[in-house]
Amino acid sequence: MTHIPKTPADTETLLSEVQGWKHRHVLDLDNFSREELDMVMQTAGVMLDILSRPVKKVPALKGKTIATLFYEPSTRTRSSFELAAKSLSADVLNLNVSQSSISKGESLLDTLDTLESLGADMVVMRHPLSGAPYLAANNCHANIINAGDGWHAHPSQALLDIFTILRHKSSLEGLKITLIGDIKHSRVAHSNIWGLSKMGAKITLCAPYTLLPEGLNTNSKIFPEVTLETDIKQAVSGADVVMGLRLQRERQQSGLLPGIREYARYFQLNEEILKLAKPNSLVMHPGPVNEDIELSQSVVHGEQSVINEQVKNGVAVRMALFYLCSGSKEI
Amino acid sequence: MKILIKNGRIIDPASGTDNVADLLIENGLVTGINKDISREKTEKVIDATGKVVCPGFIDLHVHLREPGFEGKETIESGCKAAAAGGFTSICPMPNTNPAADCLPVIDFIKNTATKVSLIRVLPIAAITKGRKGQELSPMGELAEAGVVGFSDDGDYVSSSSLLLNALLYSRTFDLPIMEHCEDACLAEGGLMNEGLLACRLGLKGITNATEEIAVNRDIALAKESGGRLHLCHISTAGSVELVRQAKAAGIRVSAEVTPHHLTLTEAEVNGYNTSAKVNPPLRTQTDIEALIAGLKDGTIDAIATDHAPHTRNDKLCEFGLAANGISGLETALASLMGLVHSGKLSLSLLIEKLTLGPQQVLGEKYQNIGNLKAGSCADVVIFDPDEEWTVDTAKFFSKGKNTPLEGRKLKGRVKTTIACGQIVYQQA
Repeated sequence: MTHIPKTPADTETLLSEVQGWKHRHVLDLDNFSREELDMVMQTAGVMLDILSRPVKKVPALKGKTIATLFYEPSTRTRSSFELAAKSLSADVLNLNVSQSSISKGESLLDTLDTLESLGADMVVMRHPLSGAPYLAANNCHANIINAGDGWHAHPSQALLDIFTILRHKSSLEGLKITLIGDIKHSRVAHSNIWGLSKMGAKITLCAPYTLLPEGLNTNSKIFPEVTLETDIKQAVSGADVVMGLRLQRERQQSGLLPGIREYARYFQLNEEILKLAKPNSLVMHPGPVNEDIELSQSVVHGEQSVINEQVKNGVAVRMALFYLCSGSKEI
Repeated sequence: MKILIKNGRIIDPASGTDNVADLLIENGLVTGINKDISREKTEKVIDATGKVVCPGFIDLHVHLREPGFEGKETIESGCKAAAAGGFTSICPMPNTNPAADCLPVIDFIKNTATKVSLIRVLPIAAITKGRKGQELSPMGELAEAGVVGFSDDGDYVSSSSLLLNALLYSRTFDLPIMEHCEDACLAEGGLMNEGLLACRLGLKGITNATEEIAVNRDIALAKESGGRLHLCHISTAGSVELVRQAKAAGIRVSAEVTPHHLTLTEAEVNGYNTSAKVNPPLRTQTDIEALIAGLKDGTIDAIATDHAPHTRNDKLCEFGLAANGISGLETALASLMGLVHSGKLSLSLLIEKLTLGPQQVLGEKYQNIGNLKAGSCADVVIFDPDEEWTVDTAKFFSKGKNTPLEGRKLKGRVKTTIACGQIVYQQA
């Protein structure tokens, strides 16, 4: 349940209830407890309220510097983090590094050293190599927020997905949540599997076998509520939430798929298939959507779609992460 | 010079010896094993009470990095590390720069080792010129210069016809082709063992088939050519089974396994630990059990470290960019003793796989090493099987501090290493 404050006094009460945060960094959701996920949700609720005020800014992180360090092109995620930082009154330093410069010559650690010397208190980083934020967190003082690393994790996206679902459903307990697409190489899917299963959802992953993490089937101890399914009709049938994933064109080049058209034929969520889900089910997507590939245009813009809400909620969730990791008590 | 080693538990798998006795070394040779050899006229007496005394270890697979990568290791630092690990003969791989594919480079390695004058360095030359997988290296000339085998280690010889020729041509000089088995297409981009953990960490997996396809092809070519095939660092249960069947069919194949593949699993990679990034990757407990079974039934002939030293910066980077390899010479015995202490391997079998086993891969020419027969070369290691110590890479002789065992407590410690009758290492 998300708690949205109704008065300024509510804001303080709700935030004062959030206690015991222990993460300096947000690298993945695998080490988040259910209670910690609830803390993020409660804090994000407060932040969403702040964002709906006439003056969408609080001084919580005034005097702090947050750097965004992106080794992959990104408009949405980087802007969302930037806006979140500014809404908390932090100063923002944006660094875009071309992917081609990832080499041992211009090392990530050198760049982080420079950012720290410039006074960055927190670094939001996106990197094409899995685990890069761990290298950063182990070797520098700033708080590291992972904005996506390789195929590994995209924790803030999964948190905003959970937050968005909770704006429509009272709880995730027992919900059937279906993820369709390149599960194996999707950091969004990976973080969602951790986050959604800790929130008590039953997860169905749907893709052709080249894009399915079959290892999940053989280790049910870690993810007892995860089911793999190659038939989209079965996967969507009775679902409370259906989440599409962006199909990267390079998957075809690397031989995992014969082509985009064939993929769409068997794995596109269209109106007809969506009818198999529960009537009040939600359609989600981390964006940007390849329309008429993973989702049909009518589904993207249909009544059940909460894709635009996800974008809005993303700012609130990222504010919550900054706020919690900074240890600030002011708002 | 006479050295007398008193009262140690002498284990010599070549002669089946395992009893407490004294060992006498004279003029660089083993001259006798007996109860109560007289101390008279011996310059040096070593009390080995409670210790194991066995032939100096032979390592079929090390990387000494010189020439070309002296920041990672030199022949001198590598030899010191080997001596500290109880190794008295080591076979450096030819992936240097320039590659060890011709006489001048082999001569340089041998001459440098002679100057260092610690232990025996038996170079392996490249199968192909420049390790490029296109043309055979001058194997005859290299054999004459004293190389012990041919390998493009680090890379698989992708061309089947070229490998067939390599096996046929090297057979002329009775030297083994030592293959790094890895299907290049399947291996591309792979960073760790394929499985749930790889998926969780978002790292591209290396499947068992990547190795087994290559092992299978090479065995077929060994059969066809009649040449000698030695398989480097096999890591999967499937590979063990393929070698077992090949040996049963009488094909001339031998195999080695590393200490890390025998003792560590893929779980070491958790947290993107680059010191556990190695190729072939650390596998699973099932594979470990199969590799141990392979040692026991003779499928696997030797334990070889694949000592792969790297600089700090080679490993202090993103997992995907980090170099493959573990610095293994100085922890090999102690980590393997874990298998003895847990009852998975007998002490005599372990010693066999570090002495007699690799000697047999090297061939008859080297039958004066790897054993303690009277008249054999006085290569001897004395170790305490029960001494506990904590791995501290700052104290390594190797320049490569890259090991996942840093800070770990191990049981079993090399006390003295003697090579050709000279004491080359004494634990402080």
